[in-house]
Amino acid sequence: MTTTATTVGRRSFPWRRVALHAGCLAALLVMLYPLAWLVATSLKPADEVIASLNLLPSKLEWSNYSTALDGVDDVSVGRLLSNSLLIAGGAVIGNVLSCSLAAYAFARLRFRFRGPLFAFMIATIMLPHHAVLIPQYIIFNQLGMVNTYWPLILPKFLATEAFFVFLIVQFMRGLPRELEEAARIDGCGPFRSFFLVVLPLTRPALITTAIFTFIWTWNDFFTQLIYLFSPEKFTLTLALRSFVDASSQSAFGPMFAMSVIALLPIVLFFLAFQRFLVEGMANSGVKG
Amino acid sequence: MTTTDIPAKPARAKSPAPPRQQRGRIRREGAAWVFLSPWVLGAVVLTLLPMAVSLYLSFTDYDLFNAPRWVGLRNYVQMFTEDPRYWRSVGATLMYVVIAVPLQLALALAVALALKSMKRGKSFYRSAFYAPSLLGASMSIALVWRAVFNDGGTVDNLLSDIGIHTGGWVNKPGWALLAVALLTVWQFGAPMVIFLAGLQQIPVELYEAASVDGASRKRQFISITLPMLSPVLFFNLVLQTIQAFQVFTPAFAVSGGKGGPADSTLFYTLYLYDRGFVASHMGYASAMAWVLLLAIGAVTAVLFRTSRSWVFYANEGER
Repeated sequence: MTTTATTVGRRSFPWRRVALHAGCLAALLVMLYPLAWLVATSLKPADEVIASLNLLPSKLEWSNYSTALDGVDDVSVGRLLSNSLLIAGGAVIGNVLSCSLAAYAFARLRFRFRGPLFAFMIATIMLPHHAVLIPQYIIFNQLGMVNTYWPLILPKFLATEAFFVFLIVQFMRGLPRELEEAARIDGCGPFRSFFLVVLPLTRPALITTAIFTFIWTWNDFFTQLIYLFSPEKFTLTLALRSFVDASSQSAFGPMFAMSVIALLPIVLFFLAFQRFLVEGMANSGVKG
Repeated sequence: MTTTDIPAKPARAKSPAPPRQQRGRIRREGAAWVFLSPWVLGAVVLTLLPMAVSLYLSFTDYDLFNAPRWVGLRNYVQMFTEDPRYWRSVGATLMYVVIAVPLQLALALAVALALKSMKRGKSFYRSAFYAPSLLGASMSIALVWRAVFNDGGTVDNLLSDIGIHTGGWVNKPGWALLAVALLTVWQFGAPMVIFLAGLQQIPVELYEAASVDGASRKRQFISITLPMLSPVLFFNLVLQTIQAFQVFTPAFAVSGGKGGPADSTLFYTLYLYDRGFVASHMGYASAMAWVLLLAIGAVTAVLFRTSRSWVFYANEGER
């Protein structure tokens, strides 16, 4: 595309480029509208929420937020927030640990059935979660773990999210082998060379795994809906659920104030780590 | 392993070496299984075993409290012949997949093409367009969607201004499905990022050679960009299709968990949840899960099969 500009060779006004930017900016505005609407609505007084195209509220209704902070079903937002953080934090630690261990074996070590096992691991990326959902529920139910956080955290310590194993394998394959060979000559066994040589170099892939795990776990609704039923164990996402059935429009402001609170960590994570996220996503598809 | 045996003469390594090497190999093989152990445990206990159990349960009547009762093919027969809601959930899901996936991929490709030639601002746009892919999976955005497409919501108001009175999308069967599909299309950022990375790997020389030969931009797109991009296109198509079959949260939010209006957003997973966890028909839900597994497997297989005729791998062609 850029080549045509040089072969034509005219230094006229870059209409094409301006049009491209204008188009992208326009698309961006449309795409950001739902977010702007969310923030605006969370600050609107009850009577302006519906039937108003105007994004700007006539006055800022901060009481929506103080109502939201009281939480749902006598559970405060602070409690919901710490529940969400506990689950997401546990999931992050579990995924980073177990997926990097499995990835190292697949990327660097030799063992029998490596080929078929790797193929199986890749196939589980495509496996619909629902195919294993009910027996998993039964297992956790038998273990007395329903309505605890274990069913949400424990699987992450068992490398069940093959997508991340694959992501880390892809990254490790790009590391020079000479480093491990040097480490071996210096007397490092596979464990030491994993922890001291490979793992530090894999940091970008581990960060990507950590951030994706955090965001996906934070956003997760289905698993939490199934496993948690006491309000004091609810996460922010589950608490928003109680607004799903409610048809009363009066709670609109607080509902969207709470939605903003639930979305805020993801937005912050995205702003801070967007490079890792975008590149992690790009790498997952291209080298495959 | 240890440095002491390095000075040993290579000639000597004939007869005493094998046991030592073998021991080393076994130790290394052992180490590999230690690294793999969490994954193996997870694969057996949380994937393979549940798949087998779910297959077994699909032939039973099971409510989680009483022991499973073998009913043979009863669940499947009921599903296919006596349950109109089941077929409505299949129809809604297929309709949604057919609308959402092509629209999403087309938009992703179009934006990736636009960004590709950009010198300034590319990484900014790339990140900005990607953002909805992360935010859109949340309940927060699903609730926004319901409000914006509701009776009196922004979309309804805008359409009324130009003379189209929808009375809100959320409570009209066909429109509610479309609203959910648009939420998926809105999240075109993830495939777009993958497209863009794929586009950047196409060698510039190909385009230079083509423009020397006088190929038009359209010609270049058809003869260079599309074939070179076809593996990435295929990857995105498979991944997005599989994900679309499993969509849950937006349909739950838009329909208040019921799949309405008139079962138009009763997606497969929503009905599975309803049968298994609301109505406690775990056997029936397991049968549904297995049909979903087979259906996704079949769709993937068909995609792989057709891919032979349109997916082009550069290193194969060079030979």
